[in-house]
Amino acid sequence: MASLDVSGLRKSFGPTHVLHGIDLAVEDGEMIVIVGASGCGKSTLLRIVAGLETATSGSIRIAGREVTALEPAERDIAMVFQNYALYPHMSVEQNMAYGLKIRGLPKAEITRRVAEAAGLLGIEALLGRRPRQLSGGQRQRVAMGRAIVREPKLFLFDEPLSNLDAKLRVQMRAEIRRLQRRLGVTSLFVTHDQTEAMTLGDRLVVMHAGHAAQIATPMEIWARPADTYVAGFIGSPAMNFLEGTLAEGGQAVALKAGPVLRFADGPRAGGEGMPLTVGIRPEHVELAEGGILLPLDLVEPLGSETVLHGRLPGGEALVVKLAGPAPDAPSLPVALPAAALHVFDGETGKRLDP
Amino acid sequence: MRKTVFKGTALPLLLLAPQLAITAIFFLWPAGAAIWQSLLQEDPWGMSSEFVGLRNFTEVLAQPEWRGAAYNTLIFSSAVAILAMGTALFLAVQADKSIRGANIYRTLLIWPYAVAPAVAAVLWLFLFHPSIGLVGRALNEAGIAWDYKLNGNQAMLLIIIAAAWKQVSYNFIFFLAGLQSIPRSVLEAAAIDGARPVRRFWTIILPLLSPTAFFLLVVNLVYAFFDTFGVIHALTGGGPGKATETLIYKVYVEGVQNVNLGSSSAQSVILMVLVIALTAVQFRFIERKVHY
Ligand SMILES: Nc1ncnc2c1ncn2[C@@H]1O[C@H](COP(=O)(O)OP(=O)(O)OP(=O)(O)O)[C@@H](O)[C@H]1O
Ligand SMILES: [Mg+2]
Repeated sequence: MASLDVSGLRKSFGPTHVLHGIDLAVEDGEMIVIVGASGCGKSTLLRIVAGLETATSGSIRIAGREVTALEPAERDIAMVFQNYALYPHMSVEQNMAYGLKIRGLPKAEITRRVAEAAGLLGIEALLGRRPRQLSGGQRQRVAMGRAIVREPKLFLFDEPLSNLDAKLRVQMRAEIRRLQRRLGVTSLFVTHDQTEAMTLGDRLVVMHAGHAAQIATPMEIWARPADTYVAGFIGSPAMNFLEGTLAEGGQAVALKAGPVLRFADGPRAGGEGMPLTVGIRPEHVELAEGGILLPLDLVEPLGSETVLHGRLPGGEALVVKLAGPAPDAPSLPVALPAAALHVFDGETGKRLDP
Repeated sequence: MRKTVFKGTALPLLLLAPQLAITAIFFLWPAGAAIWQSLLQEDPWGMSSEFVGLRNFTEVLAQPEWRGAAYNTLIFSSAVAILAMGTALFLAVQADKSIRGANIYRTLLIWPYAVAPAVAAVLWLFLFHPSIGLVGRALNEAGIAWDYKLNGNQAMLLIIIAAAWKQVSYNFIFFLAGLQSIPRSVLEAAAIDGARPVRRFWTIILPLLSPTAFFLLVVNLVYAFFDTFGVIHALTGGGPGKATETLIYKVYVEGVQNVNLGSSSAQSVILMVLVIALTAVQFRFIERKVHY
């Protein structure tokens, strides 16, 4: 159990720059989820922390110890791979004991730790089996077990749940969270699933094209996304973005779609007519008499809620999520509550706060 | 695994026909003839033959020369298998380290396999001939008495090296494929578990290669038993004395030089049984055990 400090981490594969300077400080016992679209460099980051890839520049410190130049074996970490990477020729028990044997632990201690981890994960009955005789979910548990018995300083997970079916994934997700809390091991968890990210992480790192776009708690990322990428990535259905310009001396935005909305939380700095992007989450759009008329082109009833897709007069798409069923009409009047607006710079996409 | 299901039986039969015909003409027919011949005793001029049952076999098995050849074969085959597989495994591990280089390695290393046995033998002759060979002369000049035409052990060593050399490429291809089919993440998991390269090799790579290794062992033994006639014939001709006369070479000596067809056939039938047994062991082993 330890802290992890990543600073100024860069990585290039030949001419391809994959990571452009990542800084991340993880506290003891914290669970950090790294989330981002495919190819943004999540696995690369994790593998550099593990020592499976070498950093082009930057440093990694685990529990205050500089490990950037060390072999994986010397870092005292454990990793759970997407394909589990169990040793096919060893029984479940041997799989879990392998790392302990290498460390030269006494036999009795190995047996005790393996039994304890097996109990924790409910795989006592599988100890004698080979990996090929296990289901995906069971392999997943064994891979977890192999990590747990090592009692490492750091757990690394690279999309460990993505090969499981939806139901098992939800179950394992909760289980991993409980285990991590209980063992208190500092963890990095890579996923591209935002639900997984929101539910698992103490804090999230939203990665975008090799940059850490935002590092914050799930709620903060949801409530105050740092830029349009993060805003669009977290939340489902994704946030609506509308174009507009700064108006009324910074007090309001003039939307391309027509209305002028006054900011609820104060003026933004910038010249009159500066381009803005205004974001509003679908669940925050309200139905209101006298609002902008939204012609609907798709209605998705999901039972407890309804998702409406329509186009604003300017041609911009707007998605609305309603609690409960939608009124049966070809177009509905909608209002965009000022308090729910997220204001971003129209050019850089960065969040603008009052 | 994908299975193709044919509707009728005509097409599959047609597709199989060439292979079946080749098997029949080049294997079943001569094998049948050998078995029949092994039960006969022919007079030296080939004018008449009489049925003698298993007498050829009992005579062969009692011959000290045959036992000598069997002993030679044992030494020769195991040495060829160990040398060819060991070298190939070493090279494959090196090639696997740099996937980029693997293709060059592969091309270079497959060449010996395409070289005809007699040509390969000439190559080794040019290297190890005591008076005209590069290495042979160097050895003699360095004060090591090297003459495989006089020294039986040296002759055996030479044919072992020459025969193994030809088989290395074949083994290499299989070992390399085997190595590359080991998921990278499994080796990475072992590295994270604390295993250094040498330990990874012994505890992960080698066990995972064992099905390949076992398959190759049988292939190499069968090769050493049967396919090395050309190498031996061109390099030592079984000599000096009978120092490098293996079972397959003795079949030739008996049948072609001594024109004792009955005995020669009996010997080849014994070899055939040996190989069938080896192959059967291999199939059972593969079915039962190894598939990770
Ligand atoms: N060994 C390598 N050589 C060259 N390029 C690589 C290598 N490994 C990764 N990359 C590149 O680095 C980028 C990031 O890869 P990475 O595996 O970190 O993505 P990821 O965020 O984990 O994506 P995914 O969600 O699909 O797993 C990709 O563009 C990939 O092509
Ligand atoms: Mg990845």
